[in-house]
Amino acid sequence: MHRTGELYGQFKTLEQQKETATLGMWIFLVTEVMFFGGIMLTYATYRHFYFPAFAVGSNTLSLKLGGFNTVVLLASSFTMAMAVWSSQVGKKTLISIFLLLTIALGFVFFGVKYVEYSQKFHHHLVPGKSFNVFFCVDNPASCPDVEAKELMEESKLLDEAYVADKDLNAHAQLYYSAYFGMTGLHALHMVIGAGLLFWLLKGSLAGRFTPQWNTPVDIVGLYWHFVDIVWIYLFPLLYLIDRHK
Amino acid sequence: MSTTATTPAKTLPEHHYLNATYGIRSWLLTVDHKRIALLYLASVTFFFFIGGFFAMMIRLHLLTPSGYLLSADTYNRMFTMHGVAMIFFFLIPSIPAILGNFLIPLMIGAKDLAFPKINLLSWYVYVVGAAFTLYSMVSGGLDTGWTFYTPLSTVYSNSAVAPAVIGVFITGFSSILTGLNFLVTIHTMRAPGMTWFRLPMFVWAHYATSIVMILGTPVIAITLALAGMERLFGLGFFNPAMGGDPILFQHLFWFYSHPAVYIMILPAMGVISELIPTFARKQLFGYHFVAAASLAIAVIGFLVWTHHMFLTGQSTYAALVFSFLTFLVAIPSAVKVFNWTATLYGGSISFDTPMLYAFGFLGLFLIGGLTGLFLGCLGTDIHVHDTYFVVAHFHYIMVGGAIMGYLGGLHFWWPKMTGRMYPEWIARIAALILFVGFNLTFFPQFLLGYLGMPRRYHVYPPEFQVYNVMSTAGASILAIGYLMPMIYLTWAAFFGKVAGDNPWPATGLEWKTPSPPPTENFEVTPVVTWEPYDFHHRPDLGLDVAAPNGVVPAHGHD
Repeated sequence: MHRTGELYGQFKTLEQQKETATLGMWIFLVTEVMFFGGIMLTYATYRHFYFPAFAVGSNTLSLKLGGFNTVVLLASSFTMAMAVWSSQVGKKTLISIFLLLTIALGFVFFGVKYVEYSQKFHHHLVPGKSFNVFFCVDNPASCPDVEAKELMEESKLLDEAYVADKDLNAHAQLYYSAYFGMTGLHALHMVIGAGLLFWLLKGSLAGRFTPQWNTPVDIVGLYWHFVDIVWIYLFPLLYLIDRHK
Repeated sequence: MSTTATTPAKTLPEHHYLNATYGIRSWLLTVDHKRIALLYLASVTFFFFIGGFFAMMIRLHLLTPSGYLLSADTYNRMFTMHGVAMIFFFLIPSIPAILGNFLIPLMIGAKDLAFPKINLLSWYVYVVGAAFTLYSMVSGGLDTGWTFYTPLSTVYSNSAVAPAVIGVFITGFSSILTGLNFLVTIHTMRAPGMTWFRLPMFVWAHYATSIVMILGTPVIAITLALAGMERLFGLGFFNPAMGGDPILFQHLFWFYSHPAVYIMILPAMGVISELIPTFARKQLFGYHFVAAASLAIAVIGFLVWTHHMFLTGQSTYAALVFSFLTFLVAIPSAVKVFNWTATLYGGSISFDTPMLYAFGFLGLFLIGGLTGLFLGCLGTDIHVHDTYFVVAHFHYIMVGGAIMGYLGGLHFWWPKMTGRMYPEWIARIAALILFVGFNLTFFPQFLLGYLGMPRRYHVYPPEFQVYNVMSTAGASILAIGYLMPMIYLTWAAFFGKVAGDNPWPATGLEWKTPSPPPTENFEVTPVVTWEPYDFHHRPDLGLDVAAPNGVVPAHGHD
């Protein structure tokens, strides 16, 4: 199909082309909901089966880091929305600035996630042969980053949970499998999103986006907001299971 | 129709999509939906023969009660790989990715699908997934059953599970992309005048199928991803030894895999809805009901999955509800069958090959559908669960239904795809051989199952041998029935008689453009002013509507 300017040959008008792309992205997001839905169902099932283990697992996550990342992602959704707005009103420099900000916030998120993941590696909380939910309690010297007070608290919670669930280690491992599965899948979507943002940035620096034609900014924006919304669900599901005590 | 001296010899159009460009690159990098359909045709046919080879191995092995041909382990691999090849790599992509891809833009008067590049991408995704699965087949095979039940698949199986799971996972995305493309195309790319209720039933069927594809396939993707991680990294999602729940896997698996049955059968129903009006020369009876039935099947199909799990110890009340919902699917299915039959009533019926397949579909789908009710019924399901009754039932739906529809459609649109007719009489004989072979293969399996022969066993008691010999004999006849169209359709694509734009004639928009169509499908965007399947107000079809016995029947040949 030949392309005339920004109009691909199979379409008659730019409006039809934009409508098509937007509908396509919405349908894609529906498939994504079902995709994440499968793993969330798995999570919900085991959380129901093994609540004490999930509560313990959840309490080892850092509320500060998770909360900070939530704010970062919300801010990135705002900058993304501003980038879409800028493209609609034709402020070409602003598009690039807001895209850059969105990318930067995305990378802040990755950085925090890296810190969190590496802590879990050091604390033997990554599912596998050496997984041990009691590791830090049993070996305080190997977990210098956990304060004594926190360790005391954790030890108490673990003891309580162990009374309720003798297979605590295996079931906590299921929690961490869900944690790494869900956040890993989310992070993968963020990586893809960041790639798309770089592609948009290239286009915007070349001045391609105008009030008449800004479909890519629009639909990547939809995608970015979706990934953000997934995190809005993941944060309470994973971090806030049993914080009300 | 008799040839008159004044009829000019038909010729192929000078420029069409097949001769627009040449060379391997022009095919592998094409974004033309018609060429991509042919790419799919080649790769899907390849998998049909792989799956068919495994099926032959199974049937030959079961010729004798103690099974001399294969070891028990190899037998497990044969039926597993037969299922994987046929379901994920043949049945699911067959009609949508080949006929749907080729025809939907033509039927709605569009130049292409909404996303031509994504369409090509979907084929490459299919090929990559297929490569992984082929690798599994040649590097140890797969012995878990096509259902990949855990923890057999994730912990205990000594076969190449991981590449097969990765392959099926990847191929799922090709299905998602196809469904997405169809949905958007049907919404936004229709020609002027092509309103929703003027869409051919084939398009409605694909609309319903696409909904199943986009809602169901992501679930199997994440399920197989979790099972794959369990296999590769020892996670415990579905491993009871680590607190996981294998039943959860089954729920997630069937949440896709039951609706997947409708991915296979709905497009075939769409084909039948095109064939019957064309060869009965009558408007489709109850157009709105047939369209709504497609959507109803797609929606209710999502609510019945645990009828595969009645014997897993699930709650009786849940089983009752799911049994009831399963019976509900019978309603829209019956609506379709009754409406097709009503369409035939009083029509000028002709027995061209596509119509023979349509008749075959009607009979076989009826048997397959009604035996499905035995399985949806809690009491009888306990008796026939996991027996050859189940095997016979789903082969009546998938082979008797889906493949009959596929072959009927392939014959019907072959003149559009290639510009040339297939040899009618050989084709009719092949359709007959197929029908006989199919019934001889699978009807004895109903009896076997009812008598208690379990599926997936490599040996059986000697008293079952007579039915197994019948089934194996039928499978050999069936194989001939499949090889014949493969050979003469290929021959016809190059040497068949030139068909002309509308050889039947049929009413769809796809017949208003040359055969084979030009790359951009239509010289000018068509404007639709007629109702679907209306043979009476279409002077352009050249039919004698005032003939004493109603509209003259269809014909494929002068």
